[in-house]
Amino acid sequence: MNFPILSTLIFLPLVSSLFIFLSKDQKNNASAIYISLFSSLATFVLSLFLWYSLDLNSPDFQFIEEKSWINDYIKFKLGVDGISILFIVLTALITPICIISCINSVKDRVKEFLIAILVLETFMIGVFCSLDLVIFYLFFEAGLIPMFLIIGVWGGPKRVYSAFKFFLYTLLGSVLMLVAIIAIYWLTGTTDITQIQEIKIPREYQNLLWLAFFSSFAVKTPMWPVHTWLPDAHVEAPTAGSVILAAILLKMAGYGFLRFSIPLFPAASEFFTPLIYTLSIVAIIYTSLVALMQDDMKKLIAYSSVAHMGYVTLGIFTLTKQGIEGSVFQMISHGLISAALFLCVGVVYDRLHSRLISTYGGLVNYLPKYSFLFLVFALAALGLPGTTGFLGEFLILTGSFQKNYIVAMLATLGVVLGAAYILWLTKRVIFGKTNNEQIKSVKDTNKLEILMLVSLAFLVIFFGIYPYPLMETLNISVDNLITNYEQSLNEINIAKNDQ
Amino acid sequence: MEYAIVFLPLLGAIVGYICKSFTKLFSEIVTSIFVSLSAILSLIVFWNGIFNNSYGNFKIFEWVSSGNFVANWSINIDPLSSIMLVVVTLISALVHIYSIGYMSHDPHKPRFMSYLSLFTFSMLALVVSDNFLQLFFGWEGVGLCSYLLIGFWYKKETANNAAIKAFIVNRIGDFGLAIGIFLIFFYFGTINFNEVFQSVSQFSEKEILFLNFEMNLISLICIFLFIGAMGKSAQFLLHTWLPDAMEGPTPVSALIHAATMVTAGVFLVVRCSPLFEFSQVALNIVTIVGMITAIFAASVALVQNDIKKIVAYSTCSQLGYMFFAAGISAYHVAMFHLFTHAFFKALLFLGSGSVIHAFKDEQDIRKMGGIRKKLPYTYAYMLIGTLALTGFPFLSGFYSKDAIIEFAYLSKSSLGNYAVFIGIFTALLTSIYSWRLFFKTFHGPYNNKSIPINDTHESPIIMLLPLLLLAIGAISAGYVFKETLIGHNSSEFWKSSIFFLEEIKHDYIPLWFLLLTPFLVVITIPVSFYYFISNTKILESFKNTNLPLYHFLLNKWYIDELYDSILVNPAKKIGLFFWKKGDLGTIDKFGPDGISKLVKIIANKAGKLQTGFIYDYAFVMLIGLSILLTYLILI
Repeated sequence: MNFPILSTLIFLPLVSSLFIFLSKDQKNNASAIYISLFSSLATFVLSLFLWYSLDLNSPDFQFIEEKSWINDYIKFKLGVDGISILFIVLTALITPICIISCINSVKDRVKEFLIAILVLETFMIGVFCSLDLVIFYLFFEAGLIPMFLIIGVWGGPKRVYSAFKFFLYTLLGSVLMLVAIIAIYWLTGTTDITQIQEIKIPREYQNLLWLAFFSSFAVKTPMWPVHTWLPDAHVEAPTAGSVILAAILLKMAGYGFLRFSIPLFPAASEFFTPLIYTLSIVAIIYTSLVALMQDDMKKLIAYSSVAHMGYVTLGIFTLTKQGIEGSVFQMISHGLISAALFLCVGVVYDRLHSRLISTYGGLVNYLPKYSFLFLVFALAALGLPGTTGFLGEFLILTGSFQKNYIVAMLATLGVVLGAAYILWLTKRVIFGKTNNEQIKSVKDTNKLEILMLVSLAFLVIFFGIYPYPLMETLNISVDNLITNYEQSLNEINIAKNDQ
Repeated sequence: MEYAIVFLPLLGAIVGYICKSFTKLFSEIVTSIFVSLSAILSLIVFWNGIFNNSYGNFKIFEWVSSGNFVANWSINIDPLSSIMLVVVTLISALVHIYSIGYMSHDPHKPRFMSYLSLFTFSMLALVVSDNFLQLFFGWEGVGLCSYLLIGFWYKKETANNAAIKAFIVNRIGDFGLAIGIFLIFFYFGTINFNEVFQSVSQFSEKEILFLNFEMNLISLICIFLFIGAMGKSAQFLLHTWLPDAMEGPTPVSALIHAATMVTAGVFLVVRCSPLFEFSQVALNIVTIVGMITAIFAASVALVQNDIKKIVAYSTCSQLGYMFFAAGISAYHVAMFHLFTHAFFKALLFLGSGSVIHAFKDEQDIRKMGGIRKKLPYTYAYMLIGTLALTGFPFLSGFYSKDAIIEFAYLSKSSLGNYAVFIGIFTALLTSIYSWRLFFKTFHGPYNNKSIPINDTHESPIIMLLPLLLLAIGAISAGYVFKETLIGHNSSEFWKSSIFFLEEIKHDYIPLWFLLLTPFLVVITIPVSFYYFISNTKILESFKNTNLPLYHFLLNKWYIDELYDSILVNPAKKIGLFFWKKGDLGTIDKFGPDGISKLVKIIANKAGKLQTGFIYDYAFVMLIGLSILLTYLILI
């Protein structure tokens, strides 16, 4: 294990963004697009290779790289297991799709836009590889900057407000996390999570630290009631920004819960489970109802994302095999589906420059291919069996039913509401009469758009019918996570009884 | 062969749609041939099952495996699924062929045909499942196809709304089904049918605390499963989508909303008979809901004027019969009625389609009449269908429906006695509304002002041929399969696919009881003819003296209005409230916007403090100093 594959994966996009920066200005930015496309595809292939060479029978972190960074106290430590590899592959898959989508939709400062996206990719992969809290924090927060710029520079009319709202919300949460990381270092003398897990954080500190991490993750997820930045950010962000935001940035928090909150603070995780359940249920039902009444397509999908992430947090904290596997599956699935839905909105936005649902209607008459693909993703979003959306939700609900049936029943109610807002959206956009004269002259999807959407549709259906590759990757790592959690809970209980 | 049955329709759907521009009629022919092949193979499988006893379970590959939550994609052939295979593929093949004629003027035929084939595939996946998850896949899959087909004419606002309503009401049912599955998995640790059914008896006494009620576990599971069945089979309270679903093209109504999809609920209850048998409570609920639906739908059908809606309510009512048959543990009779009903109800729908076709999409029976000579074949087929539905002696409906009433009599429970009464009374109502439909359409004066009578024409041969086959089925299906499916030795056919704790005994039934229903059915024919055709004034005056009752029935007991006012509109209002008052008015106002405003205000105020005059600063210093001094002195 000499070749530093993880570092390569992380820094490949960053290095290539440097090349873009140095590339000559051209009229159509061909060289910038080619460089970014090539490097992101290379990253994708590399991530697939990583997935392929990962030993799925071992619960340990693999491909570990460790370098001393600050006086041997803080190490630059990377590693992957069955859970993180899926997020890395997802990131590496979504980035080239975003770059392709830019070709049509971004008109000015293309070079800078591509640089922002590649830098963002570096940070996102970094988040999913870090095994050290400080490194994680750096990547986690650094990701804000390119996203802030993407919204603030290439966004819609209210972009500055949205960008600041996004930045403030996420930063405020994160500051507490930084304090918690410092506290952990003070308590244990290390920020390496594998070591912290062995040392074990004392019971009495766990709750506060958990809350500090939670404040950051809850904003990023986003959980109710700190979700209001998401609709604004989505509405103002350019298509590629929305796609990355929905597909990957939102997943960093879910991943954070799995990687940090539960293993590091098991007792607190158990203690706060009712809080998570309540917030998740409110998120599912409240935002589904709000989504029902939206008149802006992107806002509707943004609210539906909040509801879907509600299932994810619910599933994670059931701490059952089905719940956690379902949550990861749901995150991957939502990554594909919401990305595709935002791309779909982008396709028509590029043509008619409106996100309002009332602008559309009867698209199926003039854009049959587009309508078909839109319908596929809409159905996947409402969790139709045979798509990935169904399996994630169903496993989460199965898992949560074992812990608390009332919570599971309320969450299942959200499935009904989900069908309502998605189908109503579909009806108003795709079906019905064509009232807007402009639609009649609009061209159907071009080859690039078809390429992006069909490849996503293929994955959504393929993994919906044959989820084995994903489930097998998760299997051992999730088992390990649950065993460790239960062990430490037992130890704590024994310690309590001794006193 | 079993693989071919299930996957041929799927293949037809894909090939038929992708290669639609290959030649003219390509997708119509491909899908029809593939489904017909599948139908022939199903008949072979059915035949092999009866005579060679060859059943089996074919595992395709593993679908989900998460801990002990394991589900396979599989094809499970047993007596119950083999009979469903025959019903589904046979009716589907005939509907495919019929659609070639019926949809000939529609520009989107390929799409229509592939939806039909896709539906057939989903339905087959449902019936051959060996676990609850694949059943759920098929369950929602047929819901999806139903959604797509109801909204097939997507330019019609009403069709779109009906499609969404169908999907969402079904989702409410699916909610129940999903909870049932979660309960089963939680307690049984598996979702495989066989494994669950084998361990039912261990749980039969188990009581659990549910929402502070002490409930029997099996009853609870069965009730939730039954909620799913109610949604799919349009039982009372979840029936509202079915009449609206008539916005779809008529072949769709025949296939999905009469013969196959809506019977999935009955299939589910029968499939889970090993569970239901252990819960008398759940069985009683099934019976009661079945009875209410039967009589409710029949009463509404009496006054409707849309030809398809009458048949739709009739379907609803007949499904009620199937459920109360299942509720009194006569599962095989429920399946037998499902089997015969598929033929005559598909026949009635396709026949109505033929009438609608002749009238160029007119569906109001008040604007029809007197066209029996113009549509002789359709007339004959509708006559057969009506006779079979009403249970005229020796046609298929006679055997199955009277069997339900007889078994209710034999079950010797008090609920069984109510079921007998409701069964006979509903049979009477069925007979009245069926003949009303029939006479108003074909007899009496010609009432259509916009289309001259000579413009109405008989349907083409490609539509009449499937009708002929269905008519043969409607006449003979009862007589031919009676012994096999519900006779004394029927358990030889059903084997272990239907489970009875104790089988209802074939006791002596008094002769007058056997003759009562056929007598009522026959007597209504001349009576209806008199009231609906010869002398309409009596009914008219009866209607006018009982207007509230008439409107109550005409507006379907006002259930749609009730739902709109207590569910749909509040949901929208709450959504708007949460958005405007919750997100914007509270979280944003006091959250990010509020804080930034506050910071701004404080900054402004703080800015004003910096006046720049030395005496101001001196004054503040003085006050500060004095406070500090006071503090130090006091401590």
